[in-house]
Amino acid sequence: MFGTYLYRELSNRRKQTTIIAAGMALAIALVMIVNGVAAGVRDAQSTVLASVYGAGTDITITEEPEQPAEGVPGQQQPRFEFGADEGQTADGTTELSQSRLTSATGSTTFSADALGVASNLDTVAAATATLTLSNVSFSGQIPNRTAEQGTDAGTGGAAPGGPDGAGGSAFDVGTFSVTGIDVAGESVGPLTSVELVDGRAFETSDSGTNVVILDTSYATSSVLTVGDTLEIGGEDFEVIGTVTSTSSDATTASNTYIPLDTAQRVAELEGQVSTVYVQATSSTDIAAVQSSLQSALPDATVKTQEDLASSVSGSLSTASDLVGKLGTWLSIIVLAAAFLISVLLTTSGVARRTREFGTLKAIGWNNGAIVRQVAGESLVQGAIGGIVGVVIGLLGIVAINLAAPVLSASATATAATDAGPGVGGGGTRFGGGATTAVATSTDVALSIPVTFGIIGIAVAIAIAGGLIAGAFGGWRAARLRPAEALRSVA
Amino acid sequence: MYQLSDLTKKYETKRGTINALNKINLSIPDGQMVAIQGPTGGGKSTLLQMLGALERPTSGAVNLGDNELSKMPDSGLAEIRARTIGFVFQGFNLIPTLTAQENVETALAPLGLAGAERKRRATEALEKVGLGERLSHHPSELSGGQQQRVAIARALVKEPTVLLADEPTGNLDEQTRDEIMELLEGLWRDEGLTLIIVTHDSAVAKRAERRLHLKQGTVTEKK
Repeated sequence: MFGTYLYRELSNRRKQTTIIAAGMALAIALVMIVNGVAAGVRDAQSTVLASVYGAGTDITITEEPEQPAEGVPGQQQPRFEFGADEGQTADGTTELSQSRLTSATGSTTFSADALGVASNLDTVAAATATLTLSNVSFSGQIPNRTAEQGTDAGTGGAAPGGPDGAGGSAFDVGTFSVTGIDVAGESVGPLTSVELVDGRAFETSDSGTNVVILDTSYATSSVLTVGDTLEIGGEDFEVIGTVTSTSSDATTASNTYIPLDTAQRVAELEGQVSTVYVQATSSTDIAAVQSSLQSALPDATVKTQEDLASSVSGSLSTASDLVGKLGTWLSIIVLAAAFLISVLLTTSGVARRTREFGTLKAIGWNNGAIVRQVAGESLVQGAIGGIVGVVIGLLGIVAINLAAPVLSASATATAATDAGPGVGGGGTRFGGGATTAVATSTDVALSIPVTFGIIGIAVAIAIAGGLIAGAFGGWRAARLRPAEALRSVA
Repeated sequence: MYQLSDLTKKYETKRGTINALNKINLSIPDGQMVAIQGPTGGGKSTLLQMLGALERPTSGAVNLGDNELSKMPDSGLAEIRARTIGFVFQGFNLIPTLTAQENVETALAPLGLAGAERKRRATEALEKVGLGERLSHHPSELSGGQQQRVAIARALVKEPTVLLADEPTGNLDEQTRDEIMELLEGLWRDEGLTLIIVTHDSAVAKRAERRLHLKQGTVTEKK
């Protein structure tokens, strides 16, 4: 009887059924799409972050650069100092060349003991440290200084020299980022989000040696291949491999990668690191690990992936904000409206059917049977809305995935930039070459994952909507006293 | 057998207290056909609701057999209505979305019968009231007389011992009225029911074995 009555009611009251189901379907579809887009944006953020921080990293430890006091110069920039006899002179022109490996601007080095602190925590699955550096190279041509001095004294008539043959100078300043990493191959860190294109990866035996792995883009632009030599910090490094990001949308975090201990030695930063990457044993432990690390390392900045996501900017960030604020509120409003419509129509339906329920009570139906009937009708209406909503939601997700809107994203990373030359006294000095913190721009195509979680949310909403409307309607129907119900109609 | 003792029912309204029934003492033996007449607002429908376990008295008692209805819980009253008492209303009170057969089946739902058994008994009941060929018709597809026959089938399908009818012919023309009354009388005789009819219609009341007059909450025998 329950099924027959329910079917007859819903099919004969199509308008009400359609309105309730349509409202519920709209709300569910919207919630699915908003949740889906949010998940897609999160994935995109993870992709961008992984390109910078590596896959599997839950927490990073860094130290903020100290604010320089007023009148005190900030971070020391590399200086190039050349002795009087340095360089090779030919045809009145002296060629000079130097490269310096320094801590990247925007990053501060700190004691590698922090890695030990992190590794010793029970809730840490893996930890590794890196040293983010910048190699600044200077090469240039200046007029032969001995010849110039002779001219000033009026002792000779030598040619002015220099690259232009008229006493001028020309300088080239090149910079690239260098990341020193632990060659032991931990499961976290920048190299976890790259794949080998050519050559080989680091091996434990590479520790302390002058070997380098290049980002493919950098290798291409610098015309370097495996087996070539690259000067870093004034020393020659053998190129042993090239890597690219595992994401087609992102670049790797650094132009070059060298063993950590080598980087510390060449940069004269023994026992120093700039970032510690930490992977917790479980996602539920992340907050506890963060708290423990912050307590143990009070001067350090301990950030989770969630914190790091805020460093992603660009239209991806805008989309994230849009989904997080407008999308969520829109979902809540539409959902509340759908629930309200469902409740109002169900309770008004009960009011309209007062005589019907009064009659059923008069012929022996108890309250439970009538509440079950009303709640059942609401649940089925919610379920119809849920099914339609899931279909619309899936179609919306498929449409978005087909359109694949491209979001630009920038994740802050330290890298070298062009630097201007300077001239110092005593020999020849070039200062002011700089590295700066730059944003690695990446275009990420938004892709919404279809998960059972999203469908589960939709089903839960449909059931909840039906139950809420059914509870209100059933409560109202149960309150009807049979005599009053019949009398009110009379 | 109904036994009413000092049965009183008062309604509190904004305009004051209405004494619908005032210390009524009445016995109605099993199998009797009783007509209750009286002016509008005299308490007829209230009395019928007391007899039908739809309403509780303000004071006094209503006994049906061994059951004191005034002291039973709601679930007990629902059980009595489901098994012992059949109702027929002036407005038929059929569920518009259900067919004739399904309307009759609603009376069997509280008894927990299997679907096939419900259908069989509903079909038999409709055949008994002359609507064997209207099983799948909706109320809107039936005349007033046919709708009342469906309502009577619904009241009798559970084989009650009491049939309460509130103005059962009030919405019908004379010819249909007579047909319905003949049907009710026939069922009363054949089934051995206690039949209590509230009516304004003297022609209907004259068919009853016993006539009661209810005025200002007080009942008197009418000869």
